Amino acid sequence: MASKLLRRVLIVSDRSPRPSSRSLPGFTSSRLFSSSNSQPLPATASSPPPPPTTVDPPSSSSASKFGSKIRNDSVRSSIKDPELAKFSAIADTWWDSEGPFKPLHLMNPTRLAFIRSTLCRHFRKDTNSARPLEGLKIIDVGCGGGILSEPLARMGAVVTGIDAVDKNIKIARVHADLDPGTSNIEYSCTTAEKLVEEQRKFDAVIALEVIEHVANPAEFCKSLSALTTPGGATVISTINRSMRAYATAIVAAEYILHWLPKGTHQWSSFLTPEELALILKRASVSVKEMAGFVYNPLTGRWSLSDDISVNFIAFGTKDGQ
Amino acid sequence: MNRLLARRFAGNSCLVRVPWRSFCDAAAVNSGTAQAKHAEKQRLTSHSEEYDVAIVGGGMVGMAVACSLASMSLTKHLNVAIIDSNPALVNGITIKKEDPPDPRVSTVTPATISLFKEIGAWEYVQQHRHAYFDKMQVWDYTGLGYTRYNARDVSKEVLGCVVENKVLQSSLLSCIQNADIRKTVFPARLTSMNLNPSSIPTELNGTSSTSPWRGFARLELSDGTCIHAKLVQVGADGSKSNVRELSGFKTTGWNYAQNAIICTVEHTVENNCAWQRFLPSGPIAVLPIGENFSNIVWTMSPNESSELKSLTESDFIKSVNHALDYGYGPHPKSSSARDGDLSWFGAGLTSSAGEGFTVPPRVVRLASERMVFPLSLKHANSYVAKHVALVGDAAHTVHPLAGQGVNLGFGDAFALSRVIGEGIAVGSDIGEVSLLRRYEAERRPANIVMMAILDGFQKVYSIDFGPLNIVRAAAFNAANYFSPLKRNIISYASGEQRLPLFT
Ligand SMILES: Cc1cc2nc3c(=O)[nH]c(=O)nc-3n(C[C@H](O)[C@H](O)[C@H](O)COP(=O)(O)OP(=O)(O)OC[C@H]3O[C@@H](n4cnc5c(N)ncnc54)[C@H](O)[C@@H]3O)c2cc1C
Ligand SMILES: C[S@@+](CC[C@H](N)C(=O)[O-])C[C@H]1O[C@@H](n2cnc3c(N)ncnc32)[C@H](O)[C@@H]1O
Repeated sequence: MASKLLRRVLIVSDRSPRPSSRSLPGFTSSRLFSSSNSQPLPATASSPPPPPTTVDPPSSSSASKFGSKIRNDSVRSSIKDPELAKFSAIADTWWDSEGPFKPLHLMNPTRLAFIRSTLCRHFRKDTNSARPLEGLKIIDVGCGGGILSEPLARMGAVVTGIDAVDKNIKIARVHADLDPGTSNIEYSCTTAEKLVEEQRKFDAVIALEVIEHVANPAEFCKSLSALTTPGGATVISTINRSMRAYATAIVAAEYILHWLPKGTHQWSSFLTPEELALILKRASVSVKEMAGFVYNPLTGRWSLSDDISVNFIAFGTKDGQ
Repeated sequence: MNRLLARRFAGNSCLVRVPWRSFCDAAAVNSGTAQAKHAEKQRLTSHSEEYDVAIVGGGMVGMAVACSLASMSLTKHLNVAIIDSNPALVNGITIKKEDPPDPRVSTVTPATISLFKEIGAWEYVQQHRHAYFDKMQVWDYTGLGYTRYNARDVSKEVLGCVVENKVLQSSLLSCIQNADIRKTVFPARLTSMNLNPSSIPTELNGTSSTSPWRGFARLELSDGTCIHAKLVQVGADGSKSNVRELSGFKTTGWNYAQNAIICTVEHTVENNCAWQRFLPSGPIAVLPIGENFSNIVWTMSPNESSELKSLTESDFIKSVNHALDYGYGPHPKSSSARDGDLSWFGAGLTSSAGEGFTVPPRVVRLASERMVFPLSLKHANSYVAKHVALVGDAAHTVHPLAGQGVNLGFGDAFALSRVIGEGIAVGSDIGEVSLLRRYEAERRPANIVMMAILDGFQKVYSIDFGPLNIVRAAAFNAANYFSPLKRNIISYASGEQRLPLFT
């Protein structure tokens, strides 16, 4: 199933024009791909797409609010301030499994199962081990309160968690310190761009449910790739830009179930799996495996499936050794 | 033997940081006061220890949790504390071959047997007395019908195995002693428990009330020791579970105003069939327990039970033989065998239509004291909370009809350790309630089904329908009674519900 999918993905990327990303200013999903998806945007999600490449000029107040450490524009190019404001507002609730982040809590075992099996296979780790990721340096980009970082640390990885919202990092730190198995996580309020500048490298770079909130997904993928050691792994999950995703992720999750605060997602900035594979390819990361997440309302559980029409996760490897 | 066990325990526990503290009590019994004093000093000065799992209650079910954790690659690294004041946990259980069988026995199902084999405990059971049986006959006093079951008919070798509880317990003990897992036995009782000891830094204002912060649960023991654990299991602090009370779980249940008498009896021939006859005031069951011995579980009103208990041995034996033969009503006619379907044995049995009605072998001697206990049914309304999971009798108490009590508990033990393993695979905090809910979701419905069957059985057979006994006979046509539930039970009994996450 994964290979079938991959073939589809590759065909798409082969057919697509391959301009160098430089010659394509404004490579944002909303710009480049929205024409192929011409359904009228539902009113609730119709806030205008962000202007291409131009980073929102950080007002001095928001800069101090979201991370006074990050001043330099070039190292905060992925940041979309209105997005961060949303997360900052609900940061207290990261570890409330019945709160706004309930979907992430519910999804966590499933996405970790995907990460576990792909990383174990790629790095030839023992799947029967309780700490199969021992010896791997992993960065969790956009870690929020650490919902993903903590399990990765318990699985043996040396984990760095970064987030652009300072409040998230504080919460993550306090929570990780409650368990000796997670207290060695290194948390820092910074951006991927900043770490690229510092020339940090990781065996695996993971950014789950973040790319739909950043200013420029293509540039963001380049940063993720730059943080990955050659031959290392990059894992990204996000919401598909499909009508079904609109229905489930926005209408159901935000408006009906009230899982997420209204306005958490902007449908227009979602990426399709093909688009994601393409921008990763351009950033020297080849997507090797992809899976969908499906939610079963009866059991309240998520499971992995080949249905990538709503939520999906991609595992890729950085070219070159 | 005792010395040896204690020493072996101590040897194993060297893996733990402050291990011998808990064993020195056992050693002190043997080697005098100097050591005992030293132990006392140690305890006073020792600081609190952290464990991954604290099993409160080292009964059969608690020990099964420990063995099961020790047997799986994803859980065998866990640091386990076992808390129970029963000295057997440190000194071992001595079982003499020449002792008559203990009246406390369990009918273990094929599902339980295969789970025991998986964790490596069955080989120890086989070194002691145990009795497989391959036939079963169920009939009632009206003479209207009977059902016989034969393992051959369902191409099984056995329908079950009757094992003394102390054999099960000592087998699990041997299994855990030889297992390569970090374990510490605390010979004490749990006295208090704090499930949320970690306080929240005030800097993050407002989070304390909304966020379920984790950390460790804090347990205080009767000997003054204090330990911390990520997950506390009421392995088996049994039906009066302290952990259940301390964590505020409510139970639903009732007493039946009925008592059961249990005892061991002897025949002149070997018995290899399980027998159950329904009498006006309740069922009498005869389970083979090896050699010429059988175990009797006889249910009746409290008055009758105290009468029967005070009878002389020979009068009691007379009553038993009477109840198993012509007492209360005629033998059923051989032609009236029905199709039956006794699914609680998990084997999906259908009756052996061809076989005639048989009278059980006569009882000639009483081989143990007679124990009387009230029948009750109790079920915890929920099995889990943050840091806590109930298993075994702490979660559910059923009456011993069909000897199912402990099979349910073993089912819990294995399900819980499997869920813990699945959680560890994906890096979950094993005290997290969302993980523990998966255990509850798997076990509660299964246990309710079994309890409903036993309760229904109880109700149908504890009322005398008088002339309407034919109604009872219809209900006794077990195929009608059980079929809708059968699939459920079989799937639960098969114990093959592993998540194929990483295959
Ligand atoms: C008289 C009697 C006869 C029975 N006969 C049968 C039968 O024939 N067949 C059958 O299947 N079932 C029978 N049962 C039921 C069966 O014994 C139970 O289902 C089974 O023992 C449950 O095991 P458990 O490990 O959950 O609890 P238990 O066996 O009750 O074990 C509880 C353990 O917890 C310990 N404990 C209690 N409180 C604390 C505390 N505060 N701190 C630390 N440790 C503590 C105790 O010392 C004990 O070791 C019978 C029960 C009784 C009472
Ligand atoms: C939906 S949450 C996902 C959290 C976490 N990755 C998870 O899946 O559990 C998105 C997170 O990304 C962070 N974020 C958004 N834009 C970011 C950026 N440009 N750089 C770093 N983090 C960012 C937000 O602060 C928020 O914590």
